[in-house]
Amino acid sequence: MGASRTNGSRTNGSRTDGSRTDGSRTNGGFDVDALLADDTVGIVVCCGSGGVGKTTTAAALGVRAAEAGRKVVVLTIDPARRLAQSLGLTVLDNTPRAVTGLDLGQGGRLDAMMLDMKRTFDEVVEAHATPEKAAQILANPFYVAVSSSFAGTQEYMAMEKLGQLRAQADREGTWDLVIVDTPPSRSALDFLDAPKRLGSFLDGRFIRLLAAPAKAGGRAYLKVFSAGVTLATQTLSKVLGGQMLIDVQTFVAALDTMFGGFRERADQTYALLKQHGTAFVVVAAPERDALREASYFLDRLGEEGMPLAGVVVNRIQRVAAPGLTAARAAAAEESLDDAGAGESTTADLLRLHAEVARTAARHAAVVKRFRTGHPGTPVAEVPAASRDIHDVEGLRTIGDALAAG
Amino acid sequence: MSDTAPAFPGVRLHVVTGKGGTGKTTVAAALAMALARRGQRVLLAEVEGRQGIAQTFDVPPLSTQEVRVLADGSGGEVWGLAVDAKAALLEYLQSFYKLGRAGAVLEKVGAIDFATTIAPGVRDVLLIGKVYEAVGRTTGSKRGRGDLAWDAVVLDAPPTGRIGRFLNVNAEVADVAKVGPIRSQADSITRMLRSPRTAVHAVTLLEEMPVQETVDAIAEIEGLGMPVGAIVVNQVREPLLGEAGLARVAKAAESPRSRGALAKEVTAALGTAGVRTTAALVDGLLAEATDHADRVALEAEQREEIAAAGRPAYDLPWLPDGVEGGGLRVLADHLLEQGMV
Ligand SMILES: Nc1ncnc2c1ncn2[C@@H]1O[C@H](COP(=O)(O)OP(=O)(O)OP(=O)(O)O)[C@@H](O)[C@H]1O
Ligand SMILES: Nc1ncnc2c1ncn2[C@@H]1O[C@H](COP(=O)(O)OP(=O)(O)OP(=O)(O)O)[C@@H](O)[C@H]1O
Ligand SMILES: [Mg+2]
Ligand SMILES: [Mg+2]
Repeated sequence: MGASRTNGSRTNGSRTDGSRTDGSRTNGGFDVDALLADDTVGIVVCCGSGGVGKTTTAAALGVRAAEAGRKVVVLTIDPARRLAQSLGLTVLDNTPRAVTGLDLGQGGRLDAMMLDMKRTFDEVVEAHATPEKAAQILANPFYVAVSSSFAGTQEYMAMEKLGQLRAQADREGTWDLVIVDTPPSRSALDFLDAPKRLGSFLDGRFIRLLAAPAKAGGRAYLKVFSAGVTLATQTLSKVLGGQMLIDVQTFVAALDTMFGGFRERADQTYALLKQHGTAFVVVAAPERDALREASYFLDRLGEEGMPLAGVVVNRIQRVAAPGLTAARAAAAEESLDDAGAGESTTADLLRLHAEVARTAARHAAVVKRFRTGHPGTPVAEVPAASRDIHDVEGLRTIGDALAAG
Repeated sequence: MSDTAPAFPGVRLHVVTGKGGTGKTTVAAALAMALARRGQRVLLAEVEGRQGIAQTFDVPPLSTQEVRVLADGSGGEVWGLAVDAKAALLEYLQSFYKLGRAGAVLEKVGAIDFATTIAPGVRDVLLIGKVYEAVGRTTGSKRGRGDLAWDAVVLDAPPTGRIGRFLNVNAEVADVAKVGPIRSQADSITRMLRSPRTAVHAVTLLEEMPVQETVDAIAEIEGLGMPVGAIVVNQVREPLLGEAGLARVAKAAESPRSRGALAKEVTAALGTAGVRTTAALVDGLLAEATDHADRVALEAEQREEIAAAGRPAYDLPWLPDGVEGGGLRVLADHLLEQGMV
């Protein structure tokens, strides 16, 4: 990729490798450097639907913020292997480690970690139960299944880890900015919804009923339903095996003491997301469906009162030879063809350019429509690099593009 | 339609997985359509409650009933089914326990919700159990008698990250059900999934992460003793520079002299084609070509990874106008031409 970085040009937004798809800044642009320089912002959450560049954006923001002097920790989730390697994320031990190869002349730092979902869950249990009780829970087959495979656990644990990192940052002063990536999922909304869903499952009626006999309130409740519950337990025992229900019962009983703790934590982290110090960055691809998905997410953030910093439209096709339209390139290619030079390299270049220009025009059109539909929403456009982004240099390039708006 | 012999003749269950968003639903639909074009009666099933089939075939949302979504002139048909764990459990309880009204009670106390959403593994057993039922279903009154109801079943399966766990129902229920009907059904399901009647196909793009996930998933599925089918490379874009063009661009990127010569040639040729040429324009065209060559090189690397997996691979083109309208048919044609079906 072209754009090279010179030291000290951190806030220099000029770029040479292509024009913006929308020359105007009607949306006020997305001033990423201002966001990263704002020391009241302590959490940045990168959201978006699957594969759009959440992890890349989170890492790029981390690098840029650290090189601008902030003390940053980035929580990544399932990063691409090569990117993980170049960030030094080779052990999955749930601990942030320093990223090397950065220019930290401004006094910043960058630590990065990969989320280990199961381990995070285990740690919550360990923190809230006596050692014996914790051991009992961790060995429970029902717990093992929920903590390692339940849809939503990853989102829940990402939020939990975010809460932990933020608390550690406040307690120890290690970091002043926590940047979080979100799990790959079809919809960005999953990140907001899944933890609640998990919570309500764990808190679900049937589970409560199973655990209820020990409790007075439960008994009264049970009376009403007792016939039904007995039937249900019997049937499920037949189908699923009695052991499973016993496991569930012991799990719920063991967890009961810390259950309040669980919910409270989830609620606290959720509340954290609404606070002033939090900023959501929504990443999207320059495709109609992806931008529609982003719109839903923006609406949702608005409803929840969660602070949006801006939208990043990632992997936009750029035109390096803007002087020539797709149509004129195609016409020129045709005339070379007529002249018997259809196989020449020049004809190839013209064909390629026509395609590039068409794609760029399509991207520009959907982005423009999105901007029009969301006046007042800051939007940054990041060009598609021709190679994967897998090292610090690549992340800097993305950071430069982000800052250029 | 080509006369190539189909690559998976004995296969009755095609499982289609891949990284999220690579085109699992699209490819499963195209595969089902291709099979129907060969005159087969095909059931296309989805298990994630996403209504992907309805969207792809542009029909109203599917219920838990099988609905015909396509009739081919050859007599082949595609029927769609959105498998729902709750409905499957109720159906299951009904057929094994003649549960009758009690189903409503189970629902009321939250037991159905519990069993289909949170009880470990149960959900997957139910979902895949329904697919298993369809694969073995016959027109006779008893399983195994009469004609098979479906010539083939195509499953739009969960993504690579979850596919191993999803298919490995045996291990999933092992902790839950040691004996009983769920256990024995899990055993039969696993037997089917490990037999040559099943093929697990993976969809990928020519990008690093999807290819990596595909390679990992193939290893995982092989480890489970299940037959891996094809790798379907989706959204393939033809290189716009020929071999010669790519070679010249690569050389120009390395040697200023080659670059100078190429720029001169391009300038002259553009002139004859009536384009007003500036140095910036030529620089721009060459920059685009270099980027393109980079991408082609990256894709070639991914091709190597795919080849190393040692599975038959089929290409589907990128459709600039999407799969709506006739797009799906174009993709089905490609599968037929390349002999996947
Ligand atoms: N601007 C860009 N130009 C070129 N490649 C990019 C760009 N942004 C991201 N990529 C590449 O796209 C791929 C997907 O990016 P990334 O992993 O960041 O997406 P994600 O949203 O985190 O995906 P998932 O939903 O799977 O977690 C990676 O291989 C990455 O290198
Ligand atoms: N060959 C193709 N050309 C153009 N667009 C395509 C092609 N294949 C798929 N698409 C489009 O890409 C998007 C994703 O495809 P699809 O829904 O099939 O993926 P998926 O793997 O099932 O996704 P998910 O993981 O969300 O279920 C859809 O909008 C689809 O129309
Ligand atoms: Mg990611
Ligand atoms: Mg799908």
